[in-house]
Amino acid sequence: MIADVLNGILLMLWRVVSDQPAPLAALLPALPEALRPVVSAVLCVSPIIGVFATLFALTTLMERKGLGRIQNRLGPNRVGPFGILQPAADGLKMLTKEDIIPRSADKLVHFLAPVALAVPTLLAYAVLPYGRNLVPLDLDAGLLFFFAVGASTELAIFMAGWSSHNKYSLLGAMRAIAQMISYEIPLILSAVTVVMIAGSLSPAHIVARQDGFIWGWVPHWYVLTPWGFVGFLIFTTASLAESNRSPFDLPEAESELIAGHLTEYSGFKYALFFLAEYLGMFAISGLGVTLFLGGWQAPLPGLDWVPSYLWFFSKLILMVFIFIWIRGTVPRLRVDQLLNLAWKFLLPLALINLFTAAIWHFTAVWQFPGALLLRWLLSAVMIGGAYVVLGRALSPRKKVSLRTYRYAT
Amino acid sequence: MQIPFAIIAALTIVAGIAAMSLRKLVHCALCLALVFAGLAAMYLQLGAQFVGFAQILVYIGAVAILVVFAILLTNSSSSLLPTVRSRSWVFGLVVAVLVFATLVKVILASSTVAGRSLPENPLPTVKDLGTQMMTYYILPLEVMGLLLTAATIGAVIIAMQEKKPVEPLKPGSAGAPPTHP
Amino acid sequence: MLGEGIIKGMAETARNFFGSYHDADRMTTVQFPEDRIPAKENARNFPFLVFDGEDPAKGLRCVACQICEKECPPKCIYIVKDTVKKPDYIGKLQFQPRVFDIDVSVCMSCQICVEVCPFEAIKMDTDYEFGTADRFGGLLLNKQRLAKPNTYYRKIHATEAAEVDERLAAEKAKAEAKAKADAEAKARAAATAAAAKATPTPVVSPTAPAIAPAPAK
Repeated sequence: MIADVLNGILLMLWRVVSDQPAPLAALLPALPEALRPVVSAVLCVSPIIGVFATLFALTTLMERKGLGRIQNRLGPNRVGPFGILQPAADGLKMLTKEDIIPRSADKLVHFLAPVALAVPTLLAYAVLPYGRNLVPLDLDAGLLFFFAVGASTELAIFMAGWSSHNKYSLLGAMRAIAQMISYEIPLILSAVTVVMIAGSLSPAHIVARQDGFIWGWVPHWYVLTPWGFVGFLIFTTASLAESNRSPFDLPEAESELIAGHLTEYSGFKYALFFLAEYLGMFAISGLGVTLFLGGWQAPLPGLDWVPSYLWFFSKLILMVFIFIWIRGTVPRLRVDQLLNLAWKFLLPLALINLFTAAIWHFTAVWQFPGALLLRWLLSAVMIGGAYVVLGRALSPRKKVSLRTYRYAT
Repeated sequence: MQIPFAIIAALTIVAGIAAMSLRKLVHCALCLALVFAGLAAMYLQLGAQFVGFAQILVYIGAVAILVVFAILLTNSSSSLLPTVRSRSWVFGLVVAVLVFATLVKVILASSTVAGRSLPENPLPTVKDLGTQMMTYYILPLEVMGLLLTAATIGAVIIAMQEKKPVEPLKPGSAGAPPTHP
Repeated sequence: MLGEGIIKGMAETARNFFGSYHDADRMTTVQFPEDRIPAKENARNFPFLVFDGEDPAKGLRCVACQICEKECPPKCIYIVKDTVKKPDYIGKLQFQPRVFDIDVSVCMSCQICVEVCPFEAIKMDTDYEFGTADRFGGLLLNKQRLAKPNTYYRKIHATEAAEVDERLAAEKAKAEAKAKADAEAKARAAATAAAAKATPTPVVSPTAPAIAPAPAK
């Protein structure tokens, strides 16, 4: 019995590592019937939490080091060799801090808010395909599930902002919600193009559709089509805003709002918020990888022997690195600029991109020589023209001049 | 099958009662969001994935936020309300009973309760739903779309500031934008 | 066009990122406790007391006049005068402070004490490593910790110290010259007095310098 279980565990681990199908099926038959659902759930959930918590720790370090290098500094290098133990020090500091609750706060809501934020964020990981055979939950409407749980985090942020009974918290929460609602629309619209072309809402199916290579070496990823490229840019911009990252970090703009909805949180609850923020960033990056960058597919033919989950995670880390790079470069936007960008630029562009994707889809039957070039040109003209016109409309028309005050002396 | 249903139902009902009877408006709104979540869980339990996720996306992600924003912007979030007892509670009771009776009648008339067999494909895929919506139910879909567009345009018109020639402010005239009911 | 600036900025940060790995000149910071940037001539943070010679007990320039204590805006200086007079750097008998404390947790580094000191006794230091586990006693600097030799002052603020030394030397020379003149005058007076004893005539005392009356309070 015990030997069977051990054998099953080893076989399961081997199947996971070597990218073979049905790793869970190796262990479950060795267990009693009643235990199977529980064990299978635990075995699905715990690696996600473990892997992404580790990735969170690594990312905080990578971010601080990378930002340092971008600003010609070294970054943290004191704890452990090259500072690699810095996340452990940060974590210890965070968890041993006093947990302060303001006297006038709404205690119950204040307590529930971090939980209500962390739970949907973790739920979003359920539908991502991490590897060829590593899909925790292959839902038919997986993409919808992802966006649904993503949307329910907004209420948690409101709870945090309102219950703290602090003006900065409330202002930060209002900003966060306005921003998240505004950017959810371009985010979903850019994902809809992929759904339209792939003909499915299931992430695993979408990745499977990006299989194969054009001309034998260009991967058949959606980012390498005109609509996919623009869609990926829109998706990345909107996901920056969704995960409250710079340059869209207005909700916690330190220079004006202390820390936004996090102002009154400390210790473990703050750590939970921090964790949820990073986990949300990973989840949405993972979705971007799944939708546009071919998920776990290898970038070149002949690289299939590398386990597929390694490709997924290297693409994920690449996305995270781009996020850090953007954070190190672009200054924070103003609120009106933020909303104008969402409603006057990204939304029309996403709609035009949707049309372009439709044209791309319907011209796929063209067979004459040069058809691909013509399709590319057509799409480029459509999207490029819209980009230039919308970009012109977005940039301020007024000349900057000295301000005159009519009523003040 | 029965225990999860019992848990979800109890949660939904308790949250619903709380949403009606709590004294802080924001608490009521949060409880309402909990009710929405309970309903979504019930849809999911019945195997209606698309409806369940759409319920979460629309109701928790948008409607609850809208309610909360409305409460905040009308500036009554901090004040404790006295326990509400409507004067027209008899009328409300009549409406509630009528709605309940209609629902009971519909539920009793449904195939499951009447003992008839379930439809052949109890778990339609999203693709099936989409196909149905774009073919058989195209007219209702378009009418709903038109209605929502009209509502959006109306909201924009109400919110839009009317352009007036700029005049210097006179004492006495507040220069307030035109108010709309 | 929209996005042009972002791409330029991203290129710049990427250049910084990769450049920082092979070009040490780009680095704007040093590894603090091991590497230090040499202090700037004008760096200053907290005051210290200057003494001449080797022994702080003897050579302290401070005469406990308490002007700095009165002028200090956050009131971080505490002085108790000694009861016996000791000779100062020009040999004049002066009080010395028995207690001279500065609470650096209160000090705001305004340098007013230095400006008002007529004896060049208090100067600004460049030392900033006051980290301590005892935030009350550890940050209250007493006379022993505050007293630092003039050579140290010359080291941290060379130009300023040279000026001060010059001024003090001039003052000392003047005082010595005056003392010498006084002694000579005294000797002369004694001689004349001795002569006058022989021929008694009334001595005309030199008129004392008019002292301006203190302004009425």
